[in-house]
Amino acid sequence: MGFKFQGFDFIQFDSLLSEDERLIRDQTRGFIEQNLIPIIEQCNREGRFPRELVRPMGELGFYGATLDGYGCSGISNVEYGLLTQELERGDSGIRSFVSVQSALVMYPIYAFGSEKQKEFWLPKLATGEKLGCFGLTEPDFGSNPGGMRTRARRDRDGYLLNGEKMWITSGSVADVAVIWAKLEDEEAEIRGFLVETDRPGFSATDIHGKWSLRASVTSGLSLQDVRIPAESILPTSGGLKSPLMCLSQARYGISWGAIGAAMSCYDAALQYAQQRKQFRNQPIASHQLVQEKLAWMLTEITKGQLLALQVGRLKDRGKAQFQHISMAKRNNVWMALECARMARDILGATGITDDYPVMRHMMNLESVKTYEGTHDIHTLILGQSATGISAF
Amino acid sequence: MKILVCIKQVPQKDAPLKLNEAGTWIREDVSYEVNEPDAYALEEALRQKEKHGGEVVVITAGPTRSQQVLREALAKGADRAIHLEDDRFGALESTNTARAIAAAIEGEKFDLVVTGLQSDDYGAAQTGVLLAEILGWPHATIIIGIEKTDSGVHLKRELEAGHYQFIDMPLPAVLTIQSGINKLRYATLIGIKQAKMKPMRKVSYGEVEAKLSKNLQRIERLYVPVKQKKTEMLEGTPPEVAKKLVEHLRNTVRVI
Repeated sequence: MGFKFQGFDFIQFDSLLSEDERLIRDQTRGFIEQNLIPIIEQCNREGRFPRELVRPMGELGFYGATLDGYGCSGISNVEYGLLTQELERGDSGIRSFVSVQSALVMYPIYAFGSEKQKEFWLPKLATGEKLGCFGLTEPDFGSNPGGMRTRARRDRDGYLLNGEKMWITSGSVADVAVIWAKLEDEEAEIRGFLVETDRPGFSATDIHGKWSLRASVTSGLSLQDVRIPAESILPTSGGLKSPLMCLSQARYGISWGAIGAAMSCYDAALQYAQQRKQFRNQPIASHQLVQEKLAWMLTEITKGQLLALQVGRLKDRGKAQFQHISMAKRNNVWMALECARMARDILGATGITDDYPVMRHMMNLESVKTYEGTHDIHTLILGQSATGISAF
Repeated sequence: MKILVCIKQVPQKDAPLKLNEAGTWIREDVSYEVNEPDAYALEEALRQKEKHGGEVVVITAGPTRSQQVLREALAKGADRAIHLEDDRFGALESTNTARAIAAAIEGEKFDLVVTGLQSDDYGAAQTGVLLAEILGWPHATIIIGIEKTDSGVHLKRELEAGHYQFIDMPLPAVLTIQSGINKLRYATLIGIKQAKMKPMRKVSYGEVEAKLSKNLQRIERLYVPVKQKKTEMLEGTPPEVAKKLVEHLRNTVRVI
C-alpha cells in the first residue's frame, strides 16, 4: 500500500528548527506512521473515526498542547504547527479532530472559562477521557456567524438554549459542546456555553454521505429547551470576537496541517514517477511535463513551510495578527489542494484508488479549503487588511 | 540497576541517500535518526528501570548534531546523558569508539551496558563487543530477552534458523540488543519539554585522546551499485542450448 514517506526538506528547513521542534515533529511522524497509516485507508472506506487512537494521542499530550498547566504540555506554537503537519500528513480528519479538541474546545475553556471550569474539564480533555465539540456554524449561517439564530434565555437559575448547529466536527462523540448563542436581551451579545451532551433536549445526528473527512465525525446538533446552570456560561466570553479568537487558533494549525497533506501527495507522486515506466522503458520522472509538476510542488511546499514558520514565530512572540494567519491558511490549503490534484495527474489512473493517499487528501482538502473561514473569506480579510475597505 | 545505553546517530533509513564529493561517506545534509537497534536497547533499559529501579544513562560519540539522539532518549525517560562531542568522533572505527566510551565512563559503576547489535550505517556490529573487552566484562550478542535474576541476568539470544539460546550471566556485563525485542515508546510532549532540564555531560576529544590509537581501517570508496542489464543469447540446437543454460545456472548464477 503506497510508499513509505521519505521526508521533505529541500532548503535545509530543518536547520531553522530547534532540537525540540524537530523532536516533536519526528516523534509525531513516527506515531502516525505506525498507528494511523496502516489503518487510514480502511477507516476512510468505512467512514470510521479511529477512536482507538484517542487515548494514545492523549497520553502523548497532543490535546491542548500549547496550553500551560491543567495536564497540558505547554509547547510553543511552532512545535504545535509541526505536530499538526504530521497529523495531517496522515489524514486531515485526524488533524481536524485534534484541532477541534485543542483549539476550539480546550482553548476557549482556557481563555474564557472560570477556574472551576478549567480544573474540571481541561485535565480530562487533555487525556482524551472526555471529548469536545464546537458549535458555532448553523444551517443558515456559515461565513457570517454573527447572524446566528441560536438563543440563550435567562431562566430561573440558569439558561435555556434553543437552536441548530451544523457541520460540527466530533459532534456525536463529544461529552461537552462549546455552544455559541445570542443572549435574549437587548444587547443580544454572543456568549459561549459549556453544554454536556447528555442534557435533555440536546441531540447530535451524524452527517452521512460525506466524500471528505471520512475518518472524522461530522454532525448536526439540535438544542431544544436545553436547560443549563448559570455556571455553564464561559464567564469572560463576549461578542463574536470570542469564537473568532478560537478560529484563529485553529486556522493557524490548519496552515501547517495542509503542508503535511501536500508533502504526502508530493512524496507519493515523486516515488511513483521514479518507478513508473512508460515510453522507451524510462521512468515518467524523466519527462519534462512530469518534472514541471514536481518542481512546482517542491517549490510551493517549501514556500508554504516558510510562511507557516514565520507566522508561528510571530505567534510565539505574541505578534501574529489574524490577517497573517488568514494568509497562511488561505495559501497553504490552496497550495496543498493543487499539489493533490497534480499528484493525482502524475499517478494516472492509479491515483484515483486508495492504494495511494492522494485522492483521499484531495477530497479532505476540499473541506479544509472551506472550513475555518473559506478561501474566499480569507481573501476578503486580506483585501480589507491591504485596502482598509471591508468588502464582505 | 544502573544501566548505560550506547546510542548512535545514523542517516535516516528511508531518506534518499546522498554521497559526498569524495565518494567516501554520506553527505552531511541528510536527515538523521537514532540507530534502530539502539532505540530498542534504550527501550529495554527503560523497562528494566521501571521494573527494578535504578538509573538509565545514555551516551553517544559524534558531532554537535548527534546530541539530538541523547535529547530524544532523555525525553523518553533516560535520567542523564554523556556526549563525546567532536566531529572527529564520527570518523573513529569501532575499536576507538569503544575506547572513547570506556574512557568517558571511567569511575561510573554501571551494572549493565546495552547497545544495539549493530549500526544501520557501518553495520560492523563491533562496538558493543569491543567495549566489553576493554572493560574486561563478559558480553552476549543478539539479545531478545533480559530477565534479572539474583546472580545476574537470564538472557535469550537469537541464533540462526529460528533457534534460540538461553544463558545466565553475572553482572556487570555488556549486551547487544536485537531490533524488535520490545515495543518502542514515543516521547510525550511533556517529556520532550522536561528533557532540557536533565543533566548532559560533555566530553571533549582531548579528554579521551590518550586512550585512542590510529584507525586501522579506512573507507576507500562508497558507491551506489550501478544497475547493469546484460542479455546473453544462447545459440545452438535445443539440446546444446539446454546444456549451456544448465552450466550457467550452476556455475555463473549458482542457483542450482
